[in-house]
Amino acid sequence: MPEVLIFATLNGLVTGLLLFMLASGLTVIFSMMGVLNFAHASFYMLGAYFAYSVSLYFGYWTGLIVAPLIVGVIGALVERYGLRRVHQHGHVAELVFTFGLAFLIEEAVQFFWGADTKNYQTPDLLDFPLFTLFGQEFSAYRGFMLAISIGIFIGLYQVLTRSRVGLIIQAAISHPHMVANLGHNVPLIFTAVFGVGTALAGLAGVIAGPVLTTFPGMALVLGSIVFVIVVIGGLGSLPGAFLASLLIGLLQSYAIATNVGMQDLLALFGLEFPRSHPLDDLWTLNLSQIAPILPFLLLVLVLIFRPTGLMGKREQ
Amino acid sequence: MQANYPQGNVELSTASAAMPGEIKVLLKFPARFLTRPLSVLVISLAAFAAVQARAQESEPVRIGFMDPLSGPFASIGTSGLLQIQFAADYLFNSRGGILDGRMIEIVPLDNQQSPTESQIQFRRAVSEGLRYIFQGNSSAVANALNTAVLRHNRRNPGQEILQINYSAVDPILTEENCSFWHFRFDAHAVMKLNVLTDFIALNEEIKRVYVIGQDYSFGHVVAETSERMLNEKRPDIEIVGNEFHPIGQVKDFTPYVTKIVASGADAVITGNFGADMVSLARSIIDSGLDIPIYTFYAAYDGITATLGADGKNRIRLVHNDSGNPIPTEERKQFYRDFKAAHPDRDVTQPRLMNALSMLVQAMEETGGTDPYEVALALEDMRFTTLSGEEIWMRGSDHQIIQALHISVMTDENIEFDADNSGFGLYTEHFVPAEQTVMETSCEMRRPRR
Repeated sequence: MPEVLIFATLNGLVTGLLLFMLASGLTVIFSMMGVLNFAHASFYMLGAYFAYSVSLYFGYWTGLIVAPLIVGVIGALVERYGLRRVHQHGHVAELVFTFGLAFLIEEAVQFFWGADTKNYQTPDLLDFPLFTLFGQEFSAYRGFMLAISIGIFIGLYQVLTRSRVGLIIQAAISHPHMVANLGHNVPLIFTAVFGVGTALAGLAGVIAGPVLTTFPGMALVLGSIVFVIVVIGGLGSLPGAFLASLLIGLLQSYAIATNVGMQDLLALFGLEFPRSHPLDDLWTLNLSQIAPILPFLLLVLVLIFRPTGLMGKREQ
Repeated sequence: MQANYPQGNVELSTASAAMPGEIKVLLKFPARFLTRPLSVLVISLAAFAAVQARAQESEPVRIGFMDPLSGPFASIGTSGLLQIQFAADYLFNSRGGILDGRMIEIVPLDNQQSPTESQIQFRRAVSEGLRYIFQGNSSAVANALNTAVLRHNRRNPGQEILQINYSAVDPILTEENCSFWHFRFDAHAVMKLNVLTDFIALNEEIKRVYVIGQDYSFGHVVAETSERMLNEKRPDIEIVGNEFHPIGQVKDFTPYVTKIVASGADAVITGNFGADMVSLARSIIDSGLDIPIYTFYAAYDGITATLGADGKNRIRLVHNDSGNPIPTEERKQFYRDFKAAHPDRDVTQPRLMNALSMLVQAMEETGGTDPYEVALALEDMRFTTLSGEEIWMRGSDHQIIQALHISVMTDENIEFDADNSGFGLYTEHFVPAEQTVMETSCEMRRPRR
């Protein structure tokens, strides 16, 4: 059992930190513009596909640098020439715009790259087990993912809280008119933040593509979870997003690792149902069986008992 | 220009009207007819013109193809669509069509693999007058479609629709829920598992088996049947895990693999398909676990290329129609021509060609496209496939009976690879059709005309 616990923790950290790379961009963009970017996970997918294409010609490492840049530029263009125009028509229009954009990107990906799973592989340099514990390997690539995600978190935190740019961004989020009066170009800041946010999503795609497989549904699989994280963490709160990412990553990982289920719960009360019971499916439900659904359950609970999210400050 | 059109039409209609009479003459006086070379020429020219005219006038035979063409499972659906379109053109349309010159037209119906979307697409098919619907991906969809077709056909006599199931393998479709309007052209899950568990039972080294699958009807059938059959065939094999996960929802399978490793399993059985299959296999490989993975759908459509050398001798599939070696020159030629037309694709589902060919044969036998007549003709039809193998559509439950293969993923002796990767499927174990037969509990309600 200890080996399951150790690996479940490691897996939870890898997933959680990966989710954070997406959630951080999404939550900053939200606090800035007041709009949930439904297409955020699509930029994650674009990152993986661009990196795949680049890696075919120039290798993995070039893709790692180039793909997030391309995605960031696309994101900035979308903000400059799409979102900003739609912005005049209110939040609903913006929401619908990003919603449509998500579909557009998915179809475009299928159009250019096809519907098949892409053979996007980890680089040879990292193709070895980092360590072996109780007969199970922890690949170096996963360690690399972990390192990159932690690096991004620290870097992002430092920039936002310690640097001058971070101060201006924070000010632009809460008091855009004041910042504009001080002579800063607020729309440019918005475009830049949107670009960086999507580039982060792209980077997440680049490093996740080889392990989580690169296919046209990858945005869909991750997209809903990222929204859950942003809402649970508290809309617009970066530390909240970090906490919620780790929470959900670990929650899923531990839930899968367990073998407890309804039967054990019923046994506590001394209850037992025959196999022929009409609700047999319910009585034999395992926690691991519903693990990927647990974040959504958590979302519902958080919305009921703490509507602002774990660390949200809005609407108080 | 305007004056020419009516003239042309008049010519065509007189030609087709003249034909029956002349053929009568031809039949009544064969001797006289033979002595007159000139009239032979005239009559055959007239007949030729008549056939031509009818070919132009006749509508194409339109067949619906309902599968995911967008969304997370689009790769399987689009690949199937290309194959059936190619097969229709290659086998029939390029050879003058079917039923005296009618072309086959495949109508794509994108259901995104959702039972709800399938209902909408089914309505569309009805309003477009389609009478045949091919569907294969997801037994959940097949079950929903089965119910919809049954209800439609009961309420609209004379407008019936036939469901051609080429890949959904939940046994319930030919057992409790068997329907006169449903034909299955793939061995169902229990038949496949019977063969697969026989094969596993032969391997004395396997002592502990882990079963993992998607949490829906087919996944449950795989889990229950594997456990039951392995218990019967090899009581010493322990089922060390029986895991379900939501379909298409899992981002990362590593936590599941952690459990597999901890259980000490020395073989894995899974019915996963699409991205769920790739991710699972990738996670198993990445964790350094070197055990065989027994699957149904772990090849082609990018899966083989993505698994690459890591999947060699580790991935095994149970399926119909051998991937390598291919027994007949005809089927080899079919593969080569398909490859020439679609260099990035493979013939992944030979049963699609079998289903289409048998459907066409039934249409030819009945001389029309009435689904009721065609269904009767399909019952107990024996058909020789491009592989030279005789397959049989059992009349009592509309289940195809065919030989099954267990293949290994390898790059040795591969003439036809998958995903242009150099790797492909090589048959390790062959089970002739008669040994795959299983009893059916189907009590079919037959409509009366």
